[in-house]
Amino acid sequence: MTTVAGTGEVLLRMSGITKRFPGVVALDDVRLEVHAGEVLVLLGENGAGKSTLMKILGGAYHADAGKIELKGREVKISSPRDALDLGIAVIYQEFNLVSQLSVMENVFMGREPRIPGRPGMIDWARMRRETAAILKELDLPIDPGRQVGKLGVAQQQMVEIARSVSANADVVVMDEPTSALTNHEIIQLFRVVRQLQARGAGVIYISHRLEEVPQVGTTVTVLRDGHYVDTVAATAPIPDFIRLMVGRDLTKQYPKERVEPGAEVLRVEHLVRRGVLEDASFSVRAGEILGVAGLVGAGRTELVRAIFGADHLDGGRIFVDGEEVSVHHPVDAIRAGIGLLPEDRKTQGLVLLLSIAENVSMASPGDVSRYGVLDLGRMAARARGFVESLRIRTPSVNRLARSLSGGTQQKVVLAKWLASRSRVLIFDEPTRGIDVGAKVEVYQLMTTLVKQGVAIVMVSSELPEVLGMSDRVLVMRGGRIVAELTGDEMNQERILAAAMGQEHVVAA
Amino acid sequence: MSSQPEPAAAAAQPEERRSWTEIAFQLGALLGLILLIAIFAFSSSSFLTTGNLAGIARQTSVNALLALGMLVVILTGGIDLSVGAVLALAMVVLAMVITQAGLDQSIGLLAALAVGAALGMGNGLLLTRLHLPHPFISTLGMMNIARGAALVITGGASISALGGGIVKFIGNDEIRLGSGDGAVSIPIMLFVVVVAYIAFYFFLNRTVVGRHIYATGGNPEAARLSGVPVDRILVLVYTISGLMAGLAAVVLAGRTDSGYPNAGLGFELDAISACIIGGTSFFGGVGTVGGTLIGALIMGVLRNGLNIMSVDTNWQTVVIGTVIIAAVYVDVLRRRAGQSR
Repeated sequence: MTTVAGTGEVLLRMSGITKRFPGVVALDDVRLEVHAGEVLVLLGENGAGKSTLMKILGGAYHADAGKIELKGREVKISSPRDALDLGIAVIYQEFNLVSQLSVMENVFMGREPRIPGRPGMIDWARMRRETAAILKELDLPIDPGRQVGKLGVAQQQMVEIARSVSANADVVVMDEPTSALTNHEIIQLFRVVRQLQARGAGVIYISHRLEEVPQVGTTVTVLRDGHYVDTVAATAPIPDFIRLMVGRDLTKQYPKERVEPGAEVLRVEHLVRRGVLEDASFSVRAGEILGVAGLVGAGRTELVRAIFGADHLDGGRIFVDGEEVSVHHPVDAIRAGIGLLPEDRKTQGLVLLLSIAENVSMASPGDVSRYGVLDLGRMAARARGFVESLRIRTPSVNRLARSLSGGTQQKVVLAKWLASRSRVLIFDEPTRGIDVGAKVEVYQLMTTLVKQGVAIVMVSSELPEVLGMSDRVLVMRGGRIVAELTGDEMNQERILAAAMGQEHVVAA
Repeated sequence: MSSQPEPAAAAAQPEERRSWTEIAFQLGALLGLILLIAIFAFSSSSFLTTGNLAGIARQTSVNALLALGMLVVILTGGIDLSVGAVLALAMVVLAMVITQAGLDQSIGLLAALAVGAALGMGNGLLLTRLHLPHPFISTLGMMNIARGAALVITGGASISALGGGIVKFIGNDEIRLGSGDGAVSIPIMLFVVVVAYIAFYFFLNRTVVGRHIYATGGNPEAARLSGVPVDRILVLVYTISGLMAGLAAVVLAGRTDSGYPNAGLGFELDAISACIIGGTSFFGGVGTVGGTLIGALIMGVLRNGLNIMSVDTNWQTVVIGTVIIAAVYVDVLRRRAGQSR
């Protein structure tokens, strides 16, 4: 591949960046260059290392090795404050705005103009004047005195951008800025990005929407598995980007064994949850792993939460073993034999302040109690059984769940559902935040479970995982199931294309 | 402080190795109580007499009972500001049932418990059905309603001379052990408190519902997704808190042989203080029955001891405030030590 030379002076050069987390090398010798007036699109699958790299640039993480140069001078960035002072502004997906305060107060947060000679007094007039000037320069019709919470998502993002302009940032990082915007708002955002370009700033732009790349970017750098892959012009054909992002040996990491599917266990018909889920229907059979792919915000988590009774449904029917069940609360789903391993184990899967044994029995306390009184011995014995069969690494079942690693916590959540004899297991991002070794173990457990006749629904943003483990894949986009892929159709290109709306609806 | 959440408490053998400092921190509140007793015992010969100890028991009982109810509420991450006022209303209802309706004291006792449980359940329903943003608000409202109602139905006057019966027995009678000069009198209410603490210990540590209370406080979303009926648990804990206020009303009515609408002023804060000194976390999920008992005893011993040393009551309040802050600071230190492990 040809390396594309930028136009203006080199603003930022990161080289040899390496970052290790316990058990994972998140970044290995990664490099990146941003020129003045350039919009560098950073591409890569989830887990490729984009966010980690940007967190290092923004001072949230420290690199284990590597060099960061700003305008040719090597710099040390040890805190977000350092990054800001050096002229690097990072706009995260969750905005750092105080919604109760006004636009101008947010723009000047921490750098409020003072009245000379009167300590501690804010120069409101100047603050308003300068905010208005920046908003005008960016061509944004926002009142500086308006409360930020009353603005829409897109305008809040513009306030973030205005803040980076007011701080005179040379490098502006935008992490998936369009994920929550409408088409019209995206056009407005792109215009502001071009304003930043015209000012001579360098923009690093992270996105999963490949169609945006030629519209907004000048250059594309691709990362894969924490490695630098290539840098190409943003005008390159989209399939090229996909090819660069994809491409690793899928077979080894995924201990997939095909099981002859049995009877249908779960079927849902025409599920609707206003605003997030539209007419979703699918079924899954015993011994089958059904993958659910799609971009962040496509409605995958919403779908499985609604099936589990965690969120309210506005319409639709749910059948387990061919019999309709009415699910209004997780209790109903659990009784019907459904278990949910949520996306965020720490906040939704486990009570960290309680022991492993108590977490294991939480969904089925009736099995270890009589007349509501717990049999602690039986509770511990049952937990020990799962510690053994799932190879949960812990010295004792009385350990608090808090003390366990991510992979081990996931096994405890799994044990909870096995203890309650769930026959449909819904894994939402089963290996997020889990190191490589433990990931393989989770996959092995999934294989063991389907062999025992469990049906698995697996929501995942990691395409290799979806492809490596699923028998069948649903693709969601905008709250709808837009494709169902089997056999040879199950490849990264087809899934990405459907998820990004690049392909006609296949079947639902 | 003793706020280490003991998973499946009794059966949980601490298989993690602990250092001496950790053990000291664990026992922090207990050591503080022992230290207090030692100081007062040295300072005054009248402190460690059976008569004075019975007095401490009598003075501590009401707060100890309220603190138990408060504990289950705070364990879920909530707070109940209404217990003092609910106590007052339950107490005057009890007194009116006995004196004006002329019914047996046992009916008065049941009426007090019913009033407490009903108002407590009201707190829970306000929180879970009307979705008031924080129990601080629902119970603040209930505090005013209950206090106002107590004043309204009595016309602001206290009702005395309740006569004899179960209420008087609980609140005023004693069991004499031994004979002659070596005889020891143990107030009946002390038995009530001991039974209540044992029952709550069992309830919170050994029953499904008890553990669901910890789960709800520790992580409501994870609990809900595990099928724990979180809303029902919340209604239950406020009902329990109200019930304990009713029980405390019975004890106080028996002890004072009356019912008065200004009873229990500020008692909710004493109950909260006992929980906090005992290591209960305001964020929910962490706190023990044992710790709460120690917290209530520290407050009782402190008040009594300072009285004996004739410290001005206004200064006593300052001391108690200091103890609350110191206790929580020790807890912060303990947590930090635990994290850096």
